[in-house]
Amino acid sequence: MRTLRFFFFTGIFLYLYVPIGILIVNAFNLNRYGLKWDGFTLKWFSGMLANPGLMEATRHSLVIAVCAATIATAIGCFAAIGFSRYRFAGRRILQGTLMTLMMAPDIILAISLLVLFVAIGVSLGFWSLLLAHITFCLPFTMMTVSARLQGFDPFLLDAARDLGASEGQLLGRVVLPLLQPALLSSWLLSFTLSLDDVIVSSFVTGPAYDVLPLKIFSMVKVGVKPEVNALATLMVVLSLVLVIISQLFLKEREKNGKNQ
Amino acid sequence: MKIMRTKTAVISLVSGWLLLFGVVPILMLLAASFLTQDATGFFRLPFALTSYRQLFLDPGYLEVLLRSVKLAAITTICCLAVGYPFAWFTVRRARKQRLVILILLMIPFWTNSLVRTYAIRMVLGTNGLLNKMLLAAGVIEAPLKLLYTDTAVILGLFYLMLPFMILPLYANLEKLDYRLVEAARDLGAGLMAIFRKVIVPLSIPGIFAGCIMVFVPTMGLFYVAALLGGARQLLIGNLIQQQFLNARNWPLGSATSVILILLMTVMLAGYALVMRRLASRGQRS
Repeated sequence: MRTLRFFFFTGIFLYLYVPIGILIVNAFNLNRYGLKWDGFTLKWFSGMLANPGLMEATRHSLVIAVCAATIATAIGCFAAIGFSRYRFAGRRILQGTLMTLMMAPDIILAISLLVLFVAIGVSLGFWSLLLAHITFCLPFTMMTVSARLQGFDPFLLDAARDLGASEGQLLGRVVLPLLQPALLSSWLLSFTLSLDDVIVSSFVTGPAYDVLPLKIFSMVKVGVKPEVNALATLMVVLSLVLVIISQLFLKEREKNGKNQ
Repeated sequence: MKIMRTKTAVISLVSGWLLLFGVVPILMLLAASFLTQDATGFFRLPFALTSYRQLFLDPGYLEVLLRSVKLAAITTICCLAVGYPFAWFTVRRARKQRLVILILLMIPFWTNSLVRTYAIRMVLGTNGLLNKMLLAAGVIEAPLKLLYTDTAVILGLFYLMLPFMILPLYANLEKLDYRLVEAARDLGAGLMAIFRKVIVPLSIPGIFAGCIMVFVPTMGLFYVAALLGGARQLLIGNLIQQQFLNARNWPLGSATSVILILLMTVMLAGYALVMRRLASRGQRS
């Protein structure tokens, strides 16, 4: 049973990591098609930097990801606070809508937003892309912040109020500092979701505003592109860094939780 | 007074956003599926069932729908078959190991899925790693044609969707009271009996949630089919993409997506039904 389990886990993780490993190796491989190891090179990285279309798409993607993550986290945070503090009619319907939005396949969101944007005359480009990305990040940020809110001590708020804190002070000095780890992890999650998205972006952006996943998609559809290997390697490193940051914050949060 | 104003502001912002970008677009999509194609604009009145008729009567479209369901079902079963033991083994580990396993699972999950699909393609190619290894081991004599087959698409879909199956299962199995398993063992139940009569019934919510998270979204992943399956229309997502971005038949594309919405609604309703039945059974006992 033990060995069986060991082989099972090893097999799964090999399946998950070997393709990524090959990608990274080929990013440094002199052989254009990655058929065999011809020696170490950095020329695909410089080729990537010298490709203006690719660089522009990268810049666009980063701008969208940062904006969408920030706005979605802000809205999600206030929505979660509102949901936990206020009782109002239709609260459950709202929560149900959020859940459905989260579970719905990306392609449904993508084309329904496309139909909306065309109908109300939003031209396809930066703004349509940003609105769409905020929309699919919103349920995730709200859930993350809500989960954190449920975990904290309600007496802290009562205590602050007894000590004479105003609503604004309550929010700024008690609630937001306590929410900090949740806000960071929802920002990171939204950032990753936004950078990762292919489906929604391919419908709601126009030719004037190319983003990275679409650029990569059109490049690799026809064949092997070593510049893409280089770029993909950088993206893997970036997501690794993000996972480490969020895990460190999670640890911090647990430590704080124990102290309380 | 001030609290009231913030309350109204927060609630109307969120509900407004969801209404405008969540509910209204879906309703428009629904309406659009009943319109007819227009050569100059996007849609044209009057309302008609043209698109649905086309979808179900044209053997080409029907074939795509059926194949899409088949591929998604196989992917879901593979994910369940691998994800269930994975989640179970993970839950049974010590806390520290559990965390390591979950982080190792999440790292690829945080990596761009298009990039991962492209990576899979490099492994499966004629001169890819898999063929080279099989050739070297003497299992095969000529390289297999793996790329641009249904198998390749399933392998890619499985690769992307596996965490979506494992995470709900893990969350569910983590809550399972292990004393029940011990009680069953003390009462003389064998491994298979414990699994079938204790563990599986208690993890039905997790199994259902995982299958819903995998089955419906899988049919939308058009880029996986495009990169691994060649030029053929394999998934509903490919059909929708083609209708919206190439053929410019928006009503047909909308009708196709309505089928996807219906599938999801049916699955969610089934989930709610099962959960309610489980809850009422729990109260009775």
